[in-house]
Amino acid sequence: MSVIKNEPVTEQPAGGLLPTGAVPAGTTGSPPRRTASPADRGSVGVERGGGVGNKEDLAKKTRQAVTPFRRMRPAVRTHPDFRVIVDEDKCTLCRFCVLQCSWDALGWDDRVVPFDENCVGCWRCVAVCPTYAIRIEQWPTMYRENHNWTRFIANSVRKQAGSGGKLLVGTGNDKPYPVYWDHLLIDACQVTNPSIDPLREPMELRTYVGAKPDRVDLAAYLSARERHFIPTDHRSVGDPDRSGDPSANGRPAFDRDLRRRLGIGPQLRLETPIMIAAMSYGAVSLNVQKSCARAVAEMGTYWCTGEGGMHPDHYPYADHTIVQVASGRFAVDADYLNRAAAVEIKIGQGAKPGIGGHLPGEKVTADIASTRMIPEGSDAISPAPHHDIYSIEDLRQLIFAIKEATRYEKPVFVKIAAVHNVAAIASGIVRAGADAVVIDGFRGGTGAAPTMIRDHVGIPIELALAAVDDRLRQEGIRNRATVIASGSIRSSMDVVKAIALGADAVYVGTAALIALGCTLCQQCHRGRCAWGLTTQRPDLVKRVDPEEGWQLIANLFKAWSGEIKETLGLLGINSLESLRGNRERLRAVGLSQAEMDILGVKPAGR
Amino acid sequence: MPVEAPRKRQAAANEITIDAEGLHYRDLNELIHQAAAQGARVIDVRNVNGQRYIGAGLRLPVTIRLHGTAGNDLGVFMDGPTIELFGNAQDGAANTMNSGRIIIHGDAGQICGLSMRGGRVYVRGSVGYRSGIHMKGYQDKVPVVVIGGHAGSFLGEYMAGGRIYVLGLDAPAACPLGGGKEPVWRVPERCRSLTGRYTGTGMHGGAIYVRGQVDPALCGREAVISPATDDDLPVIRRDMEDYARCFGLDAGYILSVPFTRLAPKSHRPYGKNYAY
Ligand code: SF4
Ligand code: SF4
Repeated sequence: MSVIKNEPVTEQPAGGLLPTGAVPAGTTGSPPRRTASPADRGSVGVERGGGVGNKEDLAKKTRQAVTPFRRMRPAVRTHPDFRVIVDEDKCTLCRFCVLQCSWDALGWDDRVVPFDENCVGCWRCVAVCPTYAIRIEQWPTMYRENHNWTRFIANSVRKQAGSGGKLLVGTGNDKPYPVYWDHLLIDACQVTNPSIDPLREPMELRTYVGAKPDRVDLAAYLSARERHFIPTDHRSVGDPDRSGDPSANGRPAFDRDLRRRLGIGPQLRLETPIMIAAMSYGAVSLNVQKSCARAVAEMGTYWCTGEGGMHPDHYPYADHTIVQVASGRFAVDADYLNRAAAVEIKIGQGAKPGIGGHLPGEKVTADIASTRMIPEGSDAISPAPHHDIYSIEDLRQLIFAIKEATRYEKPVFVKIAAVHNVAAIASGIVRAGADAVVIDGFRGGTGAAPTMIRDHVGIPIELALAAVDDRLRQEGIRNRATVIASGSIRSSMDVVKAIALGADAVYVGTAALIALGCTLCQQCHRGRCAWGLTTQRPDLVKRVDPEEGWQLIANLFKAWSGEIKETLGLLGINSLESLRGNRERLRAVGLSQAEMDILGVKPAGR
Repeated sequence: MPVEAPRKRQAAANEITIDAEGLHYRDLNELIHQAAAQGARVIDVRNVNGQRYIGAGLRLPVTIRLHGTAGNDLGVFMDGPTIELFGNAQDGAANTMNSGRIIIHGDAGQICGLSMRGGRVYVRGSVGYRSGIHMKGYQDKVPVVVIGGHAGSFLGEYMAGGRIYVLGLDAPAACPLGGGKEPVWRVPERCRSLTGRYTGTGMHGGAIYVRGQVDPALCGREAVISPATDDDLPVIRRDMEDYARCFGLDAGYILSVPFTRLAPKSHRPYGKNYAY
């Protein structure tokens, strides 16, 4: 590809963007006052060893910051997105912000020198500043307003004219598409059919993921118990966990026998219907994954490794881990499949349906390479399709290859992006033998996706989910697989609405990252996340402490579970199962008739 | 699934024969897994007739001898065993295999050796499309696929590691592919190449060795074509001797024709695709 290179065109920085003294001659500030900030715990990485505010380091950082700017042709130069304002009256000259900014947006020359053009608005500096001396502002619009050629679109053209590359971005779709969750309202009991007090009455959130039998077969259940010498009394019927529990060794045999009698597959038991979606090691740091793994283990739910393999540090949490098999087949071997609680075949992802993924070679560190079982430093390429899946029959073949390799002991999930024909595709997947279908809506997150694909391909999860649930019911196969909704589940109410639309459980990704500090700056693909989430730089990775991180995520799940229970109470029901697919308890505001038809909900007031 | 015991016949202490006729793959694989778990060293399976997933995920050091036609995904996710197949294999032989050996005395279908990470697949005959796609390699694991005949299109696409050989052992002797002196363009198109189109597209690791010449027009842009060098020779020789031993062939004859090597241009074929 031949591209016009951005040669240096001027030595003279253009008007007013660059503070005087930006290229420092020397740094002689007062010794840094290290005021310990709570936000900074465990955060100063290599800098600590190298000495805070080391003259050469800071000068180098400042120089690095200014060079890319100088290289740009004026025609393709985009103005900064943000403006960093440091209140000199408040600044204690502690330099924390300079050291913590991983985007080269802050330099040092006896005082904090901002390079606005590099600022991504990640808010790290603001969070670590002990005196709140830093303010990040939107860059004031400089050119004539235009609703057609928006700032984003015009700047995209400039970037591409300058580089000849496809635009890349991190995190989910940020464009103003309708969010159907926000057009759905939940019912409540008044007077008749009174609400239930969740503080007094138990609320059941437990969810089983896996294929369910076509009908309740009590005889099969009882005879399995008898065969395994489990006393049968009225209390324990329906709950093999209660009195008369078979020994730890007997349990799997009992399960297997029962499953065989009922003709169903293995099940995962979720104490709350929220799982953590696939975020691979490589896309996120190991500390993020550790936080997720511990959090789900404590909360009695599951997380998915993504396609980057399962790091040995997660083995203690293997019982709560779903491993992924994607088109790159990284790390996939018999041990990997058998170690996990379940296996997910990734066909597509909501943020980038139909395309593969490349983890660039420079991110393939020794540890990532060994987790993925690939050579260090080479691109980790996930082709767009699986090369052995060109049809539903081929998918069935892979599902059963995995079932054979795990001796039918692990549920197999299939994850697809929500696209136009999603209902028919989901039906095919269920018929192909998947134990769970994951539908990922187009607002779902990503570590890196081509911007244009992220913003323009796929359909919203709400409509996809409703369509899939309808279709599976119509075909009489809804019980054969669990439906998991994902792609921007932002709150407990999104979970409740998803369940009422027909989901059995949900996956969250971005919410878990936000719990760990993510500020949605959308720069994940650049590998320098200032919050230590989507980076492999050791000094940045340290900013997430898994000991703290798991508690943040567990807290979030606990809070959501509490809110879900409260909502069940006001709906007058005491188990999530009674809400599944119960669209009568939802009403729509501000939607067209066609949208309401698809969602299967009535307008509010009717 | 009920397992029919009488089909199993104990031949020697650690050798078991299974009659696969009419068995569903799930039952057949259950029998194989049980036999391996009970310490069988050699499992002889008769009348294999298209059963899928034979040896799937098997991690025990057994030798499985198959007589008949193996179904799709032979040895998928396999880790360690040796499978010798006296017959043809269908699609997906050695799919995502980790280690072990698969020796196929006939032909193999599409995607033979897809995503293999280690182990060896020796095919006496030819293979279909998309063979060796995304083969990897990791630390001491180097997957090797040797194809005695010719290969379909997309051979070694996205290849990230390991070695693929295409030998063209049954090509006519006059043809350059069989070691003849005729220049490539004088050969009819249909047998101009041992490999199909798009060989080595997106390759970023490993090597493909073709016995004789290769038509560059049929190869992907990400592959560099050159004669195999002296450095390659010891490796080629070792692999060929092993291969020849398995089929009772003459390694000297195989090595009598110089090999052409396809190697990746870069480990980062798509590094420059994006603007930030
Ligand atoms: S830390 Fe983030 S918000 Fe602060 S200057 Fe750097 S890039 Fe901007
Ligand atoms: S993970 Fe990090 S880089 Fe990505 S959006 Fe969040 S804060 Fe920004």
